[in-house]
Amino acid sequence: MYIIVVGGGRVGYYLTRALLDEGHEVLIVEKEESTCEGINEELGSICFRGDGCETATLAEIGTERADMLIAVTGHDEDNLVACQVGKHKFNVPRTIARIRNPQNETLFKKLGIDVTISSTNVILEHIETELPTHPLTHLLAIEEGGQEIVEIKIPPEATTIGKSQRELSLPRGSKLALVIREGGKNSVPTLSTTLRAGDRVIAVTTHDSEEELRSTLRGV
Amino acid sequence: MKVVIMGCSRVGAWLARLLDAEGHQVTVLDNDSWSFRRLSFPGLLADFKGTALVGNGTDQEALKRAGIEEADVFFALTQGDNRNVMATQIAKHIFNVPRVICRIYDPLRQELYCTLGVEAISPTAVFAQMLQKKLES
Repeated sequence: MYIIVVGGGRVGYYLTRALLDEGHEVLIVEKEESTCEGINEELGSICFRGDGCETATLAEIGTERADMLIAVTGHDEDNLVACQVGKHKFNVPRTIARIRNPQNETLFKKLGIDVTISSTNVILEHIETELPTHPLTHLLAIEEGGQEIVEIKIPPEATTIGKSQRELSLPRGSKLALVIREGGKNSVPTLSTTLRAGDRVIAVTTHDSEEELRSTLRGV
Repeated sequence: MKVVIMGCSRVGAWLARLLDAEGHQVTVLDNDSWSFRRLSFPGLLADFKGTALVGNGTDQEALKRAGIEEADVFFALTQGDNRNVMATQIAKHIFNVPRVICRIYDPLRQELYCTLGVEAISPTAVFAQMLQKKLES
């Protein structure tokens, strides 16, 4: 595939390395001369100096034959415009934008950007996972359909400890997939599986019923 | 009319004072309060009596504080084309402002966004054309 990466910062650089390793044809577009030179010295001549939001630049690098355009500069507005120009001027089939302000996700989707990655949200989710007190962590969101996979921690004060899955009535559309227990005694829960303090429950649920599932499993 | 102007640039400030003098309810948004000095430069125009707010116009919360939800018109007049384009599209697609007008210096980008339904003006193209006309006359 021919992939254009807009922005040669750290994200752009490591992304490009990974894509090159996979055998893709990759071109980075970067405004800053010194950044461009640094990349070209390290990875060979794959960095084009220019503004990836400019039609002229994108025309020069053959964007009309690109299979994908990935905009990963540090500025949401630049990523948005690069994707829109790629999409509407050059008919790039797939555009991906990095977003720093999570609020912009809705806007980008509305404007037809195919995939948005909110770096802020990704970092938050990873930190959430490491917080012992955080009751519910999002592991995966299935965009079409609204399902998600979450991890729920059972704290020592949970009133559901010792209760079996049969005694808890889970919200509709929710299913427990795995109970992770200290010492590696993990199990795929059955109706008779009982909850213990310190358990981490992996469950499939929906965005709308995640709160109900959390309170059902923790009783608090 | 309720008007929100993003960017208290020379043009932004001038427009704010013109519209304010005409009796419109104007709010100016800029991320640097230093820019607001332009609202009271003595000279050709009356002082601005509307609202000046510090905030980033590409941030939805800041736009809400500026009253974007009740605005009849939104102008994006910062120095950054992409910032203007993004703020304009937030105003249009998230807050459904009836009229949004945007400055895009780059004529190519201006043309693209016009085809995407954004009312965009390129001062570069307009001014060049004016100069060309000067020669002709």
